[in-house]
Amino acid sequence: MRHIISVLVRNHPGVLSHVVGLFTRRSYNIESLAAGVTENPEITRITIVVTGDDRVLDQVMKQVNKLVDVLSVSDLKYDQAITRELAIITVKTTLQTRGAVIEIANVFGAKVVDMSEDTITLELSGTERVLQNLVRLLKPFGISEMARTGMIALAMKSSEEQ
Amino acid sequence: MKISGSEIFIRSLKEEKVSHIFGFPGATILGIYNQLLDSDIQHILVRHEQGAIHAADGYARASGKPGVCLVTSGPGATNTVTGVATAFMDSIPVVIFTGQVPTSMIGNDAFQEVDIVGITRSITKHNYLVSQVKDLARIIKEAFHIATTGRPGPVLVDLPRDVLMDEAEFHYPAEVSIRGYKPNYIGHPKQIEAALKLIAKAKRPVIYSGGGVIRSGARQELLELVNKTNIPTTSTLMGLGGIPGDHPRFLGMLGMHGTKYANLAVTECDLLIAIGARFDDRATGKLEKFAPKAKYIHIDIDPATISKNVRVHIPIVGDAKLILREINKAVVPGDYSAWIERIEEWKREFPLSYQQDDEIIKPQYVIEQIYDLVKDRAIIATDVGQHQMWVAHYYKFNDRRMLLTSGGLGTMGYGLPAAIGAQVACPDKLVFDIAGDGSFQMVLQELATAVQYNLPVKVAIINNQCLGMVRQWQELFMNKRYSGVCLKCAPDFVKLAESYGAVGLRASKPAEVRPVLNEAISVNKPVVIDFRVACEENVFPMVPAGAGIEEMLLS
Ligand SMILES: Cc1ncc(C[n+]2csc(CCOP(=O)(O)OP(=O)(O)O)c2C)c(N)n1
Repeated sequence: MRHIISVLVRNHPGVLSHVVGLFTRRSYNIESLAAGVTENPEITRITIVVTGDDRVLDQVMKQVNKLVDVLSVSDLKYDQAITRELAIITVKTTLQTRGAVIEIANVFGAKVVDMSEDTITLELSGTERVLQNLVRLLKPFGISEMARTGMIALAMKSSEEQ
Repeated sequence: MKISGSEIFIRSLKEEKVSHIFGFPGATILGIYNQLLDSDIQHILVRHEQGAIHAADGYARASGKPGVCLVTSGPGATNTVTGVATAFMDSIPVVIFTGQVPTSMIGNDAFQEVDIVGITRSITKHNYLVSQVKDLARIIKEAFHIATTGRPGPVLVDLPRDVLMDEAEFHYPAEVSIRGYKPNYIGHPKQIEAALKLIAKAKRPVIYSGGGVIRSGARQELLELVNKTNIPTTSTLMGLGGIPGDHPRFLGMLGMHGTKYANLAVTECDLLIAIGARFDDRATGKLEKFAPKAKYIHIDIDPATISKNVRVHIPIVGDAKLILREINKAVVPGDYSAWIERIEEWKREFPLSYQQDDEIIKPQYVIEQIYDLVKDRAIIATDVGQHQMWVAHYYKFNDRRMLLTSGGLGTMGYGLPAAIGAQVACPDKLVFDIAGDGSFQMVLQELATAVQYNLPVKVAIINNQCLGMVRQWQELFMNKRYSGVCLKCAPDFVKLAESYGAVGLRASKPAEVRPVLNEAISVNKPVVIDFRVACEENVFPMVPAGAGIEEMLLS
C-alpha cells in the first residue's frame, strides 16, 4: 500500500540520508521526498511517499524513530491529511495554441509565471491528482520541461478532533 | 582560560572516568597523543586498528564500562569498521574517536580522508563529525551517554585536525538533553499484568533468554523467576551466562547448533517468553516452524525489535531487569510438572555428546578440560566457527561477562584482541581466548600488544588445520567438495609465540591436554597453546539452513 510518512528531525547533516537509507535498505520504493524547515528553524520535516508491505513499513518506522536525530515519525492517512505538491511546467506553444493553454491554466487556477515566443511556463500547487490532470491536458501541446517538489503533508486537525 | 581541542578531549575523557584507551596514532591525532603523555589515562598501543576496536569491545563486555578506541583518519578509521559493526550487532557500548583531515579540506579527497561518518552511519548507534571546537565537550558527553543508555551500542566521533588545534573554554556539561532520545526503561504495568495471566494459564512455557539479559544485568532477576516458576529456560549464544549453565531448568542454547531438547521444547511450548532476545535467524531457523503452538511474550528495551520477525502477543518495552522485578513480585506459576518431566526425558534421550578418542585430541575434550580446570575463575573469549559452538555447548557459563563472543556479526579474529581488552579491564582474572587456527591468523599480530603490556592472556588454538565450520558445511551440503578451506600451511604456533616473547606450548595427545593447561595457567605471561585436534570433527546437533529447528541432524 501507499503511505505518506511524515518525519520530524533535528536538522543535522546526514539525517536525511540516514532516514532514506533505512527505507531503501528494505527495498522500499520512495516515490517522492520533500524536506524543509518547520516553524522551529532547528527542526526539519521530511515527507516521504512510499509503497510497500505494511508490516515491513511498521518496522522501518520503528527503526527511523530510533535514530537519535529523529523526533517523531507518523504514517498520515490520505483521507485525514492535507497534501500539496507544487509543479512548474513549461509548455510548448504557438500563436494558435497559446490561448488554449492559458484557458486550461485558468480552469485549474494555475498561474502563468513566464512566457516566451514559443513557450508558456505555468505554476500550480495542489493535490497530486489535480497536478496529474493538468499534466495530462498539457501533454498534447508538448511539455518541454517540468519540475515537481514532491508531496508535503500535514495531519488534518479537524479530522483529529472527531 | 582557553585550551586546545586536544586538551579538551583529554579533560572530557577524564570527566567520563576513562582509564584506558586502545589506539593507534597518525598525523591527524598527533595533538591528542602529545597530550596523552601528560595524562594518567593509559594508552594501549595495538598492532592493527581492528585490534583496538575489538579490545575496546572486549573491555566493555568484561567490565560493563564503555570501551574507548582512538585511531587516525583514512585507513586508521576504515580499519575499525569490522569491529564497529561487531559491537553494533551485539549492542556493546564503545566510543570510537577517529582523526579527520582539517575541516577546510573535507570533501576534497585530501590525503587520508574518508567519509567515516558516512561509512559507519548504518553500523553505529549514532555518530558525529565535530565541526567546531566549542561543540567538542558537549559531543563527547553525548557520545558516552548514547553509547551506554537504552540499548547500548557504538558511537563514533570524527575529529578534524583543526578542531583539535583550535582553542575554547572548557565546560563539561553536567547533563545531557537530546530531544528525541529518551530510552524507556519502565515496562507498561498493563502489559506486565497481561503477561502474568499468560504465565499462570500456560501448560508448557519456555523462557528464551538473550544478550539483553546480560547487558541489563538482569541475571539475578532471571534466576529468581526461574526458581520461582520452574519454567525451563533456553538461551541464545549472546545470552549464555544469563542463567547458570548447570541450573537444572537450563536447556542449553537453542537454534542452528542448539541442543535437541531446547529446540524440541521451543517447538512444543504453548508460551514463549523472550527476554532481551531478538528472534535472530540463527536462533529461530525457519520462522513458520518456530514455536508454532505458542503465544509470545517479548521483553525488550528496543521497540524496533518487537514484532520485527514474528508477531508478538504481549510486547513489553523496557529494561529487562526492571520488568523482571515487577514480574517476580506477582508471578503465580501454573502446574508445569508434566511438561518438565517430558523435557527431562528429552534431555536423557538426546544429550550433547561426542566420541572420545585415546590417540587424537577431540576439540570438545579441550573445552571440557578448560572448563573443568578453571570453571568460574575465567573470562572466555572466542573466535567464530566450530570451536565457538563447542564452547557454547561444553563450557557452563555461570556469570554474565564471562563469555566474549561475536554473536551477531560472527567476526573471525575477534577473540585475541577482545581477550586483551578483558585482561586490561580485569587484571586479576584469568582470561582465555579459545581460538580457531583460521581466526587466530587474522589477528595474531596482537600477541605483541599482550607481551608489551604484560597481559597474560591464554590463547588456546583449537587447531584443526582448516576453516572447520566452512569445511563442515561443504562436507554436509556440498558433497564433500572441499574448496578454499585448507590451512595446512601455517606457522609453527609455538615458535611464533616465542618469537613474540610469549610462551608457546603444544598438545598432540589427549593425555597432554591437562598438563599443558596447568602449565599455561601457572605462568604469568601471555601463552599460546597449539592444540592439535581431530581435523574432521563436526558440530552437532545442526539444523540445516532454512529448515525448522526441530529438524536436527544429530550426527
Ligand atoms: C571475518 C570472517 N570471514 C569469514 C567468515 C566465514 N567463516 C565462518 S566460520 C569460518 C571458519 C573459521 O575457521 P577457524 O577460525 O579455524 O575455526 P573452526 O571453525 O575451525 O573452529 C569462516 C571462514 C567469518 N565468520 N568471518
